[in-house]
Amino acid sequence: MKRTLILSAAMLAVAAMSNQHAIAQAGKSAKKPAAAAAKSKQAAEFEQFHEELEQDNPAELFELKGEELWKAKRGPKHASLEQCDLGLGPGVVKGAYVQMPRYFADVGQVMDPERRILHCMVTLQGFRQADLAKQPFSTPDQTPDQVSLVAYVAAQSRGMKIAVPQTNAQEREAYAVGREIFNYRAGPYDFSCATCHGQKGLRIRSQQLPDLASKEQAINGYQGWPGYRLTGGLMHTLQWRMNDCFRQQRFPEPGYASETITDLLTYLAVNADGHVYKGPGIKR
Amino acid sequence: MSDPMKIRAQMKGDIADIRVLISHPMETGLRKDAKTGKLVPAHYITTLNVTVNGKTVVAGETGTSISRNPVFGFKVKGAKAGDKVVISWVDNLGDKRSDEASIN
Repeated sequence: MKRTLILSAAMLAVAAMSNQHAIAQAGKSAKKPAAAAAKSKQAAEFEQFHEELEQDNPAELFELKGEELWKAKRGPKHASLEQCDLGLGPGVVKGAYVQMPRYFADVGQVMDPERRILHCMVTLQGFRQADLAKQPFSTPDQTPDQVSLVAYVAAQSRGMKIAVPQTNAQEREAYAVGREIFNYRAGPYDFSCATCHGQKGLRIRSQQLPDLASKEQAINGYQGWPGYRLTGGLMHTLQWRMNDCFRQQRFPEPGYASETITDLLTYLAVNADGHVYKGPGIKR
Repeated sequence: MSDPMKIRAQMKGDIADIRVLISHPMETGLRKDAKTGKLVPAHYITTLNVTVNGKTVVAGETGTSISRNPVFGFKVKGAKAGDKVVISWVDNLGDKRSDEASIN
């Protein structure tokens, strides 16, 4: 309908003007702003739709579940996670998520949130890492405990600025290695993360692809995780997101809670540094 | 054993806006298990009741077309801040749950 109107406007211009050049100009200028307006209207409507979804985000159910799990005495050692040190001291959960990945002196390694939570489940509660890694991602039948725990921990950093430390040599190394992995082209498609996420303005179908190498857009990739995916109705963390990116590139599957993922997440988080984290999100 | 609901109830003008997030698998009975190839048995909420200060304001029948972990929203006239909202559901396997909140 709109297009016909624009066309007829252009036709009127043709009729009114005798100069050929002027006609082409008029037609062009009439079309362009209208198309741009339609696009931004669509984007605005989608944003509004997304905001409405955020108001009632099922991720909150997992935050609740995670809080319960955090405080419950569980595992062979019958202990809670309340003494877990997420980098700000034992038991401090508030603000911890936005300050990870970071270097942990007790293990001499950089760890991302999920990896650190697993570490606490192993050391404090006596769970076995191999058991936790057996079925690490949500399926329609079950949501792993660590997924709910990550949702709870992430929620305690809602509205806080991402401030990932880069003071330690290992933290800087994790960033550098993460950048290497991000740009590493391989696999049957000769793909890298940067193929889709290394420049601005790309999209896949209607999905805008953030440029994760840039300071302005990296937050768009970091924000919203852990997130509730409406497709399938499952809660997922960044561990899952990274794993699935590898799958999409037809790479071999990365190790769950491995150094590779920590490095990639360090790269992503440091790039998103300074932006406000809105807490667990909702995804299409 | 079911997980708690998350209820939000607030006055917007003279209308109470009640929203509830329910943790439930809402299996339709049509999905096949990826490993075994067998149908996953149906498991879904069949009735949903909402009361404000003991008075039923919603008596709903629900079915398999509703998503996993559903969100329901209601607008109720004649309620006021401080009123007690009780939301309860029953599913086809006889599981049930009831949670309450007060309107603010």
